[in-house]
Amino acid sequence: MPLNKEQIAQRIAKELRDGYYVNLGIGIPTLVANYIPEGVNVVLQSENGLLGMGPFPFEGEEDPDLINAGKQTVTTLPGSAIFDSAMSFGMIRAGRVDLTVLGAMEVADNGDIANWKIPGKMVKGMGGAMDLVAAAKNIIVAMQHTNPKGESKLLPKCTLPLTGVGCIKKVVSDLGVFDITPGGFVCIEYAPGVTIDEIKAKTAGRLTIADDVKEMAV
Amino acid sequence: MNKVVANADEAIKDINSGATLMLGGFGLCGIPENCIAALVRKGVNNLTCISNNAGVDGFGIGLMLEQKQVKKMISSYVGENAEFERQLLSGELEVELIPQGTLATRCMAAGYGMPAVYLLAGYGTEVADGKEVREFNGKNYLMEYAFDSDFAIVKAWKGDTTGNLVFKETARNFNPMMAMAGKITIAEVEHLVQPGEIDPDHVHVPGIYVNKIFQGANYEKRIEQRTVRKRS
Repeated sequence: MPLNKEQIAQRIAKELRDGYYVNLGIGIPTLVANYIPEGVNVVLQSENGLLGMGPFPFEGEEDPDLINAGKQTVTTLPGSAIFDSAMSFGMIRAGRVDLTVLGAMEVADNGDIANWKIPGKMVKGMGGAMDLVAAAKNIIVAMQHTNPKGESKLLPKCTLPLTGVGCIKKVVSDLGVFDITPGGFVCIEYAPGVTIDEIKAKTAGRLTIADDVKEMAV
Repeated sequence: MNKVVANADEAIKDINSGATLMLGGFGLCGIPENCIAALVRKGVNNLTCISNNAGVDGFGIGLMLEQKQVKKMISSYVGENAEFERQLLSGELEVELIPQGTLATRCMAAGYGMPAVYLLAGYGTEVADGKEVREFNGKNYLMEYAFDSDFAIVKAWKGDTTGNLVFKETARNFNPMMAMAGKITIAEVEHLVQPGEIDPDHVHVPGIYVNKIFQGANYEKRIEQRTVRKRS
């Protein structure tokens, strides 16, 4: 069975290490915060200008002056810090954020990513995505392996306008975990019940299967 | 020195049609509600607005869009506004989308007196079209110009009569850099206090950058995405 969104988030959470500063994008990436392993302390960065983002407030305690980059009401934690948006992107550019997790419409086997614009449709904007992908040291993409028509979103070359070039290191899809190397996608884990043949059939970009490929522990 | 004006209408009286404005805020958080209302009352149009977002229908910059006062928006994300979409698709409104960090940093550059900066964001994408590319330490950067804005309109939590500003929580967002970047900077504050009431160590934007300041009124502070958790 392909992974559901929660399971994709759960798998990505295993990449977290104690002491990491992490920026989580909107959608599946946000769910990663629910699966931070025990004993691992991470600090969540919200690019509007908050380090140490806490959980949603209790009902009745929402503060309109305290939101995250998705414009949701949030809270601070002991040790939180607030700063302006220039400093926020400054710390991202300077490589201080250890891990960025974001969604994508397409990823290419050279690490290019497209996630902000579909020609012919209303373009809402890139927000902070271009800054994050250009600068973050380590970027994991959380995505569905195929589009609703069943076509691969892991491609030899992105067809949509790019968000960043050669920047993605790892993809966790509903079918498996893929490192991006100079040789293209390398499948290092497959979802329980998903076959290598299915992964091969649904991956349009260059793909190799790691010698020590294993079933994902979910 | 007294930078205090009576209200928003007086603060924006020198803003005329065709001006370029920076407007602070992220989403609806930390937006200059009083000045936006005054700009709607004054009815100036053909404005170029530099703001991370474009408000929502019926609030924030959305109010100015409804009156067709905006000629061009320079933003990073504009997704929350049906009237915006209608004007964009009909060609009434021009939009320049730029990465959020680039937007923030181009404001910062103006406030720091730097004509341009080199930034990674957007290299290899359509954002790079027509921009100078320069390599530093094996990476390619785009040259991005400092913004040139006639006015900056910001919202602070507290300010004193000399223009020193303090922001609250994430309502800080773009407000400090924009306050530093306008040729004329107008600050509306929730609490206007006397000099000495703000600890000099706690000033976020020193008053040298602020030309006009006033005590705002009736802040609505609308929440865009109300998210809560249950008490266990």
